[in-house]
Amino acid sequence: MTDTQPRTVAQQILAAHGVEDVSPGSFGLARVDLVMANDVSGSVALREFERIGAERVFDPDRIALFADHFAPAKDVRSAEMIGRLRKFARDQGISHYWEAGSTLNAGIEHTVLPEEGLIAPGDFIPGGDSHTCTYGAFGAFGTGVGSTDIASAMALGELWVRVPQSVAVSYTGTTGTYVTGKDLILAYLARAGVSGATYAALEFSGPVIERLTIDERMALCNMAVEAGAKTGIVAADQTTLDWLSDKVTDRPLEPVTADPDAEYADSVEISVDGMPPLIARPPSPANVTEIGSVSGVRVDQVYVGNCSNGTITDLQQLCSVIGGRQVAPGTRLIVVPASQRVMRQALKEGLIETILEAGGMVSAPTCGACFGGHMGILAAGEVALATTNRNFRGRMGHPDSSVFLGNAYVAGAAAVTGELVDPAEVLDR
Amino acid sequence: MSADAIEGRAVVLGHDVNTDNILPGPYLNLTDPEELGRHLLETYEGDAGKRIQPGDILVAGRNFGMGSSREQAQIAILARGVQAIVAASFARIFLRNAVNVGLPVIESPEASAAIADGDHVRIDFTAGRIERRDEHWRVAQRPAFLSEIIDAGGLVEWTRRRLRATGRT
Repeated sequence: MTDTQPRTVAQQILAAHGVEDVSPGSFGLARVDLVMANDVSGSVALREFERIGAERVFDPDRIALFADHFAPAKDVRSAEMIGRLRKFARDQGISHYWEAGSTLNAGIEHTVLPEEGLIAPGDFIPGGDSHTCTYGAFGAFGTGVGSTDIASAMALGELWVRVPQSVAVSYTGTTGTYVTGKDLILAYLARAGVSGATYAALEFSGPVIERLTIDERMALCNMAVEAGAKTGIVAADQTTLDWLSDKVTDRPLEPVTADPDAEYADSVEISVDGMPPLIARPPSPANVTEIGSVSGVRVDQVYVGNCSNGTITDLQQLCSVIGGRQVAPGTRLIVVPASQRVMRQALKEGLIETILEAGGMVSAPTCGACFGGHMGILAAGEVALATTNRNFRGRMGHPDSSVFLGNAYVAGAAAVTGELVDPAEVLDR
Repeated sequence: MSADAIEGRAVVLGHDVNTDNILPGPYLNLTDPEELGRHLLETYEGDAGKRIQPGDILVAGRNFGMGSSREQAQIAILARGVQAIVAASFARIFLRNAVNVGLPVIESPEASAAIADGDHVRIDFTAGRIERRDEHWRVAQRPAFLSEIIDAGGLVEWTRRRLRATGRT
């Protein structure tokens, strides 16, 4: 591709990071702005880093490490694993290390990095977690990779990349009262399936996206990987700049936008007119249906949290349904604010009190039960409604348990009725 | 890839096998490869996980390895002695990780559709083909860049060379 050829957002970002040929399918090396790893991906990455034989990371200020999956330590093995990550951070002089209870403003990686002002439009961030695509909400190119990639990027400050084809996904129409960013990505997954966007960079746009808050853009971009995408990006606009302005203070904020005639492998238009809240039925995030078609399914556990939907917006949405109501007999409500900042804000707004008064429980920020780790594991036969991003067989516990994915309003409605139901029905009762 | 050709028994899996089912989340705090290997495909429907023997070749459908980026999936597969994976297609991160750790992965929708569980399969890397009895399927040549990593023996060695070449160690 020559310099004169128009570029998509993903191509602009890769070109700005040293990839010489940004035509889709070509290979190159991209300079990284930040490398992220957690206790799980870090566990293997540290071992591979040692095998590489590099004594120091390429730049300790460009590495971010999180104890969030098995933290607070679930058992002895987890404690030892987190201990190795903590020691690595100390030995390498990495100051961007977060562990709830020990460092300020800790929490789930994808929530904390933007809060801490470490993500800016145009950044290229590989992370040892598939949901690293969440940073697309800020007009950045975040992409999930494995541990050996992380080890290599920590040593070199570069990542090998295959340039993705771009797919334009535009949303039009007027969103219903209880329809959120979660439903927008589920609507896309309903069309694309779990592999429809394999290796693509999704670019979300349209009037619905322009009106979407940052929290909901994060929910949208977070699940791009569920369609197989390499990343999902909302080009930075005024909403992005307003949100970042008091967080990113050490460098200029410059939105990266697509050239007018940039080439897209595919264009998808989704109208949200008349669209109700959506649900992904087990065992696939692309097994999407309208809330009405699963109405009445009994729910043993409602789980609100994780890197897609554990934000203050989600807690507000949840509480708008459960406020003044009680968790239904036989149902548990577990709420996991995604970060200590979200927790503090929720305290300030009285949301934690609302949850506790309803009979729900609030946990420390952790990836916890979302991936079947701890803090709310399901028994055989149990059914959960979760605001998380995956519902594969056994994802949150026993292989014979099942997980329905939905937004935080739906979670609220399920918590107080003990079943899947349109939130509108609860609030009108 | 060290060997020019390998052969082994096919263990057939379906479409969209996810990494949660390849190596379930609760075991992600294990570090010993052998221990991880014991839980291979534990929550995947059926008994494939139990049946896998050293030397086997996994043959899967579309989008093998979708979901989580956990490299513990590759570690568990290698720990059980699996020689290679043939699939109609692979999920992006799984493919990266396999290339990076030197686990041979071959895309062939035709071979994936034709090979049955228990078939004896031969993969000739030099000739670029998958063989079963009197049939064979051509494999698309892999991009030169990936060959560079694979020929180095994986990303660890490739990175070591690059560090040396750029004068950083």
